[in-house]
Amino acid sequence: MKYVDEFRDGALARRIGRRIAAEARSDRSYHLMEFCGGHTHAISRYGIKDLLPDNVKMVHGPGCPVCVLPIGRIDSAIELATRHAVILCTYADTMRVPASNGLSLMRAKARGADIRMVYSAADALRIAQDNPAREVVFFAIGFETTTPPTALVIRQAQALALTNFTVFCNHVLTPAAITHILESPEVRELGIVPLDGFIGPAHVSTVIGSQPYEYFAEEYRRPVVIAGFEPLDVMQAILMLVRQLNEGRAEVENEFTRAVTRTGNERAKALVAEVFELRRSFEWRGLGEVPYSALRIREAYADFDAERRFGVAYRSVADNKACECGAILRGVKKPADCKVFGTVCTPENPIGSCMVSSEGACAAHYTYGRFKDVEVRAA
Amino acid sequence: MSKIRSDYVRPVDFKHGRVDMSHGGGGRAMAQLIEELFVRAFANEWLAQGNDNAAFSVPAGRMVMATDSHVVSPLEFPGGDIGALAVHGTINDVAMAGARPLYLAASFILEEGLPLATLKRIVDSMARAAHEASVPVVTGDTKVVEQGKGDGIFITTTGIGVVPPGVEISGDRARPGDAILVSGTIGDHGVAIMSLRENLTFETTIRSDTAALHGLVAQMVQAVPTIRCLRDPTRGGLGTTLNEFARQSGVGMLIREASIPVRPEVSAACEFLGLDPLYVANEGKLIAVCPPEDAERLLAAMRTHPHGADSAIIGEIVADPHCFVQMETSFGGRRVVDWLTGEQLPRIC
Repeated sequence: MKYVDEFRDGALARRIGRRIAAEARSDRSYHLMEFCGGHTHAISRYGIKDLLPDNVKMVHGPGCPVCVLPIGRIDSAIELATRHAVILCTYADTMRVPASNGLSLMRAKARGADIRMVYSAADALRIAQDNPAREVVFFAIGFETTTPPTALVIRQAQALALTNFTVFCNHVLTPAAITHILESPEVRELGIVPLDGFIGPAHVSTVIGSQPYEYFAEEYRRPVVIAGFEPLDVMQAILMLVRQLNEGRAEVENEFTRAVTRTGNERAKALVAEVFELRRSFEWRGLGEVPYSALRIREAYADFDAERRFGVAYRSVADNKACECGAILRGVKKPADCKVFGTVCTPENPIGSCMVSSEGACAAHYTYGRFKDVEVRAA
Repeated sequence: MSKIRSDYVRPVDFKHGRVDMSHGGGGRAMAQLIEELFVRAFANEWLAQGNDNAAFSVPAGRMVMATDSHVVSPLEFPGGDIGALAVHGTINDVAMAGARPLYLAASFILEEGLPLATLKRIVDSMARAAHEASVPVVTGDTKVVEQGKGDGIFITTTGIGVVPPGVEISGDRARPGDAILVSGTIGDHGVAIMSLRENLTFETTIRSDTAALHGLVAQMVQAVPTIRCLRDPTRGGLGTTLNEFARQSGVGMLIREASIPVRPEVSAACEFLGLDPLYVANEGKLIAVCPPEDAERLLAAMRTHPHGADSAIIGEIVADPHCFVQMETSFGGRRVVDWLTGEQLPRIC
């Protein structure tokens, strides 16, 4: 397929792999965090780890929008669909995220809640137009990539003077999460999680640009290379990070130049700024309360805010005790370190959120990589 | 004495009429619908007898029986409709035992309000499919449910067939070393359906591959009677069917991504919908497992049939107590092709 196969060329990947092996110094290791779930998925799906030398290690980051959604937020969404009997429109990935009382959106739907999977915010708006007698709530989740479309439908809803459409806003911010990880005691003081550099987000960066990462590179002396989600992008970014570390540089470099500029998408950013404002604090699964890490709807658009209209009160709910999602999202543990991984926690019956989305570290390892834990004989 | 008048019965209005509760009530309206629509369309001696069953003689040998319910939405899609699908689906299930399908039974659950024009189009398409396949629909049933309790029309078909002597095909017979073949491009049906879904319209030239495969199977069984497993990868796609074989036979598999035929349009649609063509449904493809020494002969036999023109050998069976289906990716790595989690798509076949 044109413009896709070019970025999945196996021979070229092995060449870059040999380059990385040649340039990585044998007297040190390289711990590189891929922030985004998109990268985590690509690394597992294409077997990128097989192409890397042993001392170049990938650490999964928290950039999977479904994974970081805390139980309390899913509970609120279920409450909207059940107690307030709204039509709740949601991206398919959130359907199976475990909530309190053994529920999930999918199970709530089976019990009669009107929950509909949509591919975009615009679909939710259309459902509201088609059902004027019903309250329709769009369960908005995601990082900076999905935020502009949400802002757009809110503005459209205002222009259309819709009175039955609101947004339950759960949009979160990438830079705040990276800062939080770098500030965490595990990374800063204890040295439990060595983090030498970051593979920066692909799609998020098309919106916010490469500029916001300059602060981490400078303040925390960690190189960042923004990379696309194709396997060759990831390989090339790893090589660029190894080179920066070898040369003692900590800069923001952009591998994904075909889509990302330094300043990003100005129109999208302006739109987001018009509709949303910072929340003082927001709970992330795995990271806990992270200051200024999420968005809420501005007063000017209060009519389209589901939290205001339905008086949604947030209640924090602790994760299952056996679940290691928190540590996995912070890069402290790997999926296979978790006792419930692949036993009671599987993609069919996820205990933790990392097992839900295909971008989650556990689901990616379970789906594509777990055969590496056992030996298979050829015929 | 007055003259005996022949009853005047107003013909069923197939132009503007709609299914109503009386069409399933067991009364005159139902009898009329059966006569004017089903008996006329399927036109065969068994239905003409007007019994609630069909009696026929069968050749000696092992019989095969299969049943399949069809609940596809939308009812009509590029390349087919629920009627053709209902015929092909059951014929294929019977054929996958290596059998020659003989007869079909069809049961219709109609939703009150369904336009009779739609019903007629679907039944005509079904009759055409049965006629082309030379497998008659010899008995059937019709029920009507209230509006909101169905989805236009649900069709269940049951088929019987007979297996030629010496042929023994079952999902538990794969052995390490065996070759795995697929009869053509995968994912066409699922993507064709998806292109029409309510909240997902996109333009595509892809058509459903819905087809009856018993002709292809007959040719394959004749060329290579030692075929071990056959199955049509419908819901869940190629990935799911391979996992079923692996579990039934207690073996692993190693397939090569580069040898699996996928149309570029399907691959592109899957790319932007975030789907994997390995798990997208097919309605006119089959997967075969045979001893390695027969693989080339089987491939040649498949390729001479129109429904198998794009056939390919995609991998082999390996010994693996964990029954993993593994794939060598075009990128050069290896990964598991796991069971599908949840569902990629609701109701597509």
